[in-house]
Amino acid sequence: MEFARRQSPYWSARVAVPSLMLQVLAALVPAAIAHVWFFGPGFIFNLLIASIFAVGGEWLAMHVRKRPPEVALSDYTALVTAALLAFAVPSLTPWWVTATGALFAIVVAKHLYGGLGFNIFNPAMAGYVVILIAFPMHLNLWIAPRMGDIDYQYLTVLQTLTYTLTGSLPDTLGFDAVSRATPLDVMKSGLNGMRTVSEIRTNPIMGDFGGRGWEWIGNFLAIGGFWLLIKKIIRWHIPVGVGVGLLLPATIMYFVDPGSHPSPGFHLFGGAAILCAFFVATDPVSAATSPKGRLIFGFGIGFLIFCIRTWGSYADGVAFAVLLMNMAVPAIDLVTRPRIVGHSNDGDGTP
Amino acid sequence: MTSSGFVDRFRTGLWHENPGLVQLLGLCPLLAVTSSFVNGLGLGIATLAVLMASNGLVSATRRWIQAEIRIPMYVLIIASLVTCIELIFKAWFPALDRSLGIFIPLIVTNCAIVARAEIFASRNPIGSSIADGFVMGSGFALLLMTIGAFREMLGQGSLFARIDMLTGGEPMRGIVITDGGWLLAILPPGAFFSLALAIALKNIIDRRQQKKRQAAMPGRARRAAR
Repeated sequence: MEFARRQSPYWSARVAVPSLMLQVLAALVPAAIAHVWFFGPGFIFNLLIASIFAVGGEWLAMHVRKRPPEVALSDYTALVTAALLAFAVPSLTPWWVTATGALFAIVVAKHLYGGLGFNIFNPAMAGYVVILIAFPMHLNLWIAPRMGDIDYQYLTVLQTLTYTLTGSLPDTLGFDAVSRATPLDVMKSGLNGMRTVSEIRTNPIMGDFGGRGWEWIGNFLAIGGFWLLIKKIIRWHIPVGVGVGLLLPATIMYFVDPGSHPSPGFHLFGGAAILCAFFVATDPVSAATSPKGRLIFGFGIGFLIFCIRTWGSYADGVAFAVLLMNMAVPAIDLVTRPRIVGHSNDGDGTP
Repeated sequence: MTSSGFVDRFRTGLWHENPGLVQLLGLCPLLAVTSSFVNGLGLGIATLAVLMASNGLVSATRRWIQAEIRIPMYVLIIASLVTCIELIFKAWFPALDRSLGIFIPLIVTNCAIVARAEIFASRNPIGSSIADGFVMGSGFALLLMTIGAFREMLGQGSLFARIDMLTGGEPMRGIVITDGGWLLAILPPGAFFSLALAIALKNIIDRRQQKKRQAAMPGRARRAAR
């Protein structure tokens, strides 16, 4: 495949990391508001905790590495990592879980590899995978979306804050009363229980495509993502790659056997696929570099998400898919090296 | 062998050329079994015994082994020794044997042992080969115990738990610091992180000492050492 080459004059756009990161944060705002609307104020607490520990970790790491901390703190990358982590964890998460994830993301996944620009793994996803493996029970407590007819006990702001700080609920409430399986969990356990997709979709938690509430957050994430595309903060290759990689196998399987494979719409809106396509996989540091490479990178992520959701033991696989493809980036970059003008394709330097 | 020579060699085996920490040999058992101190100690002892015996046997037979087929011969020697150790473990420490599982037979493939046979035992007399096996094996065993203790403390909040698998007697919980711990430390990623931390720590100490030595040198030597 050929992509348009840039012609001279090469006019440099006046972009810098701080303004890019601020615009990414701004693009996340609508989805964040929707998240708070549907899943309660826990998101704000998680965001605060993740931000404090991410920024603190960044300061600490820069201090230990004897570099000026204000350089790293003023580019807002730690805040973007914290925001992505806050989207990844359930709104009811004890503070030490979020803090572990944020610290690991910044200190180990970012600064031990050399800081911004040198990290081979997406920091937010590395941090999320660590807490997913280290605290599996705490990351399963998704509460049900705030939709009138779902039978569910709502937590007040104070109760949510108490849970975030102490990790325990009021005596009158059990975990079973406040938590619900996520749409992907319901689908996975239903399919494992030999039920058909249409049966599973009668569960009140299911919406038009994905889960109720979830699909609205997905819509707002997509709006933010398109805004980033229009502003040219991100390029189209990775989102398109993720979408094709996820939806192509999903569509094929859906047409082959609609009873045991959910629709492509469910795959798109059921979990974190949209967040992944626009905000996680597009991390410029840990993604592939050439346009063709980015298409392959995105496609791999989408395809791995489909595989993990369909045959894996986890309900969603965004974090694992992103980390796996991060590992493949050097190989992708090697085989998709763009041809230098005037040189032959085999890369031996001869015209 | 003079006594100062042995001390020097000991320092080499434990620190400067530690098979696990510096040469990064035998990582498979090192990463797999170090989830607790007792496991590390058990595999450390087994490896130490095999390493000493194999170094001695290789050194004793070094005049008759043809250079072309030396590696298969080493593997044969090591495999028979490992079988002996495995049977000994099965007879006297059945619980530890069950806990270590496949990793006792897998000592055969521990490249640290073949490396010592090839590098040292095949060209040195029996006495010093056994001594070499002892210092290198101790270095490996100490690293296994250190990482095992570190991971056990982080992951289970205890130390020396189930030491009865070696000493016999009632099941023991060891020194309990807290109940439960950070699950990640016991899982495979924890092994990689612990080893990386250990290597980083060693490099920091080495660099500090080098700086100290350079600072103690007179000016001209210091410039030359740079």
